[in-house]
Amino acid sequence: MLELLTGFVEELRAAGLPVSLTESIDAAAAVHHVPVEDRQALKYALAATLVKSADHWKAFETAFEVYFARRGGGDAMGDEPGAPGGGATAGEVQPDGASPGDGGGGGTVSGEDLAEQLYRALLAGDDARMVALARMAVGRFAGMEPGRPVGGTYYLYRTLRQLDVDGMLGRLVQAAREGAPGAALSPLEERLVRDEMRQRLARLRAAVEDEIRRRLVADRGAQALARSLRAPLPDEIEFMHATRDELRALQRAIRPLSRKLAVRLARRRRRGRTGPLDFRSTLRHSLSTGGVPAELRFRPPHPAKPELVVIADISGSVASFARFTLHLVHALSDQFSKVRSFVFIDGIDEVTGIFDRADDVAEAVHRVNTEADVVWVDGHSDYGHALGVFWERWGDAITHRTSVLVLGDARNNYHAPQAWVLQEIGQRARHLYWLNPEPRSYWGSGDSIVDVYGAHCDDVVEVRNLRQLEQFVGQLA
Amino acid sequence: MAGPGALGFPDPGPARFDGVDDVRRRLAAGGYLADEAIASVVHLADRLAKPVLVEGPAGTGKTELAKSVARVTGSRLVRLQCYEGLDESKALYEWNYRKQLLRIQAQQVLDAGAAPDGTAPGAAPGGTAPGAAPGGTASGTPAAGASARGGAGALTWRDVEEDIFSEDFLLERPLLQAIRSTDPVVLLIDEVDRVELETEALLLEILSEYQVSIPELGTVRAQRVPLVFLTSNNTRELSEALKRRCLYLHLDYPDLDRERAIVASRVPGIGEELADQVARIVRSLRSLELKKPPSVSETLDWARTLVLLGIEQVDAATATSTLNVLLKYRTDLERAAKELETAGTDRG
Repeated sequence: MLELLTGFVEELRAAGLPVSLTESIDAAAAVHHVPVEDRQALKYALAATLVKSADHWKAFETAFEVYFARRGGGDAMGDEPGAPGGGATAGEVQPDGASPGDGGGGGTVSGEDLAEQLYRALLAGDDARMVALARMAVGRFAGMEPGRPVGGTYYLYRTLRQLDVDGMLGRLVQAAREGAPGAALSPLEERLVRDEMRQRLARLRAAVEDEIRRRLVADRGAQALARSLRAPLPDEIEFMHATRDELRALQRAIRPLSRKLAVRLARRRRRGRTGPLDFRSTLRHSLSTGGVPAELRFRPPHPAKPELVVIADISGSVASFARFTLHLVHALSDQFSKVRSFVFIDGIDEVTGIFDRADDVAEAVHRVNTEADVVWVDGHSDYGHALGVFWERWGDAITHRTSVLVLGDARNNYHAPQAWVLQEIGQRARHLYWLNPEPRSYWGSGDSIVDVYGAHCDDVVEVRNLRQLEQFVGQLA
Repeated sequence: MAGPGALGFPDPGPARFDGVDDVRRRLAAGGYLADEAIASVVHLADRLAKPVLVEGPAGTGKTELAKSVARVTGSRLVRLQCYEGLDESKALYEWNYRKQLLRIQAQQVLDAGAAPDGTAPGAAPGGTAPGAAPGGTASGTPAAGASARGGAGALTWRDVEEDIFSEDFLLERPLLQAIRSTDPVVLLIDEVDRVELETEALLLEILSEYQVSIPELGTVRAQRVPLVFLTSNNTRELSEALKRRCLYLHLDYPDLDRERAIVASRVPGIGEELADQVARIVRSLRSLELKKPPSVSETLDWARTLVLLGIEQVDAATATSTLNVLLKYRTDLERAAKELETAGTDRG
C-alpha cells in the first residue's frame, strides 16, 4: 500500500500538483482510518490530504482512477501494487468478438442487441445494469489490442460510435415524450427530461471510460498510462495550442481569476500606502486614553489609478490569447481609471464601446470578433499598417498617464514594421509593454519581428498561459 | 499499524464519531445531509486532529456544516468572523489597557494617600528620579518605583507589572476562547480568505499545535483538541502554509438526489413531486452559463416561496415569475426566462 501511495504522490507531482512531504505523511495516516476495501472512501481520504485546490481535482481524479483502478472482475480494489513500467500483463484484454465473463447481461449477444439493451437500461435509469452492459460493450466494440500505443480516447470514440450514443439522446427523449402520462410534455418538462437523459448518457460515457482505463492499466501498467493521460492544469494550458475542451476550461477559469485579481488589487490599493497623519482624528481618539495619543490615525490613501490602452492582434493564430487578455482587462476595468481597447488584423478598430455597452464580458468578446472592422486588404496580420493607422487616428489618446499594452506574436508576414510608431508611443506613454503568447525561444524566428518592436518597449513579456497573464496583470495595476 | 500519535500528530482524544457512516447518520439526524466526501473529511478531521478548510461557491452550506457538527456532537460553537483588517487583538487576545491604566492610576492615588507628606511614593533614599511627584505621569511612575525594592507598605513596580499582566486584564478573543475552553468546542473560522495574507500567519500556531503563545503569560495549550472548520469563498489563493495544515474539502453544488433530499427535509410542507421539480429545474439552470448560478440556500428560498404561494406543479410561467428568488442578475434572469420557455436542444 505504501509503495502504491508513493508512486501515486510522485505521479501527482509530475502532473503539477504541489504535494509536500507533510501532506503525503498525512495521506498515509489518513489511509489508516478508512476501510481499505472501500475505494470511494480511500479516494476522499487521499483527496482531502493531497489536493488543496479545486483546480487540481481533475488531475487528481485521473491519476487516482489509473493508480487505484479496479482490477480483475470484481469491484473491490486489488491488493497488488501497480505493475511497474509498461507491463505485459495482457490477459485482461480480449480480442474482438469475445465478450468478457464479468458482464451482468450474460451470454453472447449480437451488437445491435447490446445497444438495444443498453438503451433500455438507460431509459429505465437502471445504473447497475447500464455499467455492466457498458463493460461488455467495451470488450466487444473497442477492439483493444495489447501493447498497441493508442490513447484511451481512440477506444472511447470507437465504442461510443458503435453504440450510436449521439443518436441515443434523441431516441430517449422521444421515448420519454411518448411514455408521458396524459397530455404532451410542456417545453419545460421536455427540457427537464432532456437534462436527465443527458446526465444518464454522461454516466454511460464515464462507465465506458472507466472500463477502458481498467483494461489499459492491466495492459501497460499504471505509471506508463498515467504519463500518457497527464493533462495540463487549467492555468498552464497554452493559449496558442489549446484544444476546444481546453478553451472551455480556460473560459471557466478566467472568471474566478478576474474576481480574485480585482479583490487583490483593490486591497493593495487601499492598504499599500498609508496616507498622511490625521491629526484631528488622532486627538479625538486620544480622549479615551486620557489624552495620551496611544493610537495614531491616518487619512486613507488616494493613489492614482493608471489609464490603459490595449492594442490586440486578433488574427487566427493569436485570437484566443487576445480574447482572454481583453476579457481579463475589462473584467478589471474598475482598477483602472480608463480602459480603451483596439483590435486589429491588418486594419484596426476601436472596441471600447462594445465592452462598455455589454453586461457580460464573454458576450462582448464574442461580438468583437464579429462586429469590429479589422480587415483592410487580405486578412493577414499587418502590424505596421495597423499601428500606423492607430497613431494617425487615436494617437492623442495616449498621454503621460497611459500604460499601453500591445498583444500579439509580431508575425508580420514580411510587411513593413513601421517601428517608429512604437517609438513615438513609447516616448509619450508612461509605460509600453508587449505581451507575446509565443515561447521565448521562437521569438525572432521566421517573420517574427518582436525584437524590432521590443527595442522601443519598456518590456516584452512572454505570456503563454493564464498563470503568466495573472502575474503580469497583477503587477500592472 | 502505527498509531497516529507516533507520527507526531496532536493527540485527537476520544473519537467523536464512530466511522464515516456514523458521521452521515448523525449529521442527517441533525438536519444536514452530507454526501460521502463531506462525511469522510469530517471523520478524518476528528481522527487526525486536523482542521478542515472548506472551500466552494457561496451558499453551498459551508458554515452550516460547522454549525451542524457542533450541534450533533454537543459542542459549543466558537466563531471567528474574518474581515479585512482583522488582527491579533481581535482574533487571539488583547490586554485590556484601559483597565490597566485605571489600575495604575488607582495605585497612585492609594500611594499618595499613604504618603501625604508629598514625597514620591516609595522612593528609595537618594532616589534618582527628580521628576517623580505624586501627580507624575503613568510612564514616570515605573522609573521611580523600579528602584524602590522593599519600600515599606507600598507596592513595587514589579508587583504592579505582574498584577496588570495577569488574567484579570486579559480579554479573550475567539481563538483563545476555543483553546482554553474546558468543554468540547467546534471552532469556526469563517471566510478566512478575507484577511490579508500576512494575518493568516496568526492562525498557523493554533491550527497545527492547538496552542497560543502569550509573551507575558506563556503558552496556553488546548485541554482537548477542538474540531476546526475554516471556510473560504475563494476570492484569493490562501497561503501554502495554511493549506498544508488543513484537510481540504471542496463543497460544490449537490447532485440531483441530494438536492432533492435537502429541499424535502428543509422545507416544511413540500410535496415530493414539487421537491423533485425544484431540484431538476435548478439543475437545468446551473447548466446554463450564468453569472451567478443558484446556490442551495437560494434553492431553499425558492422552494419555500412556491410552498407559500400554494403551487403544487411548476410550469414555465410560475417558474419565470418567481425566478427573482433564485437569480440575482438582470442578464441571468432574462437568459433563464428565455431558456425555460424552450425545450432545449439535443446538442449541449
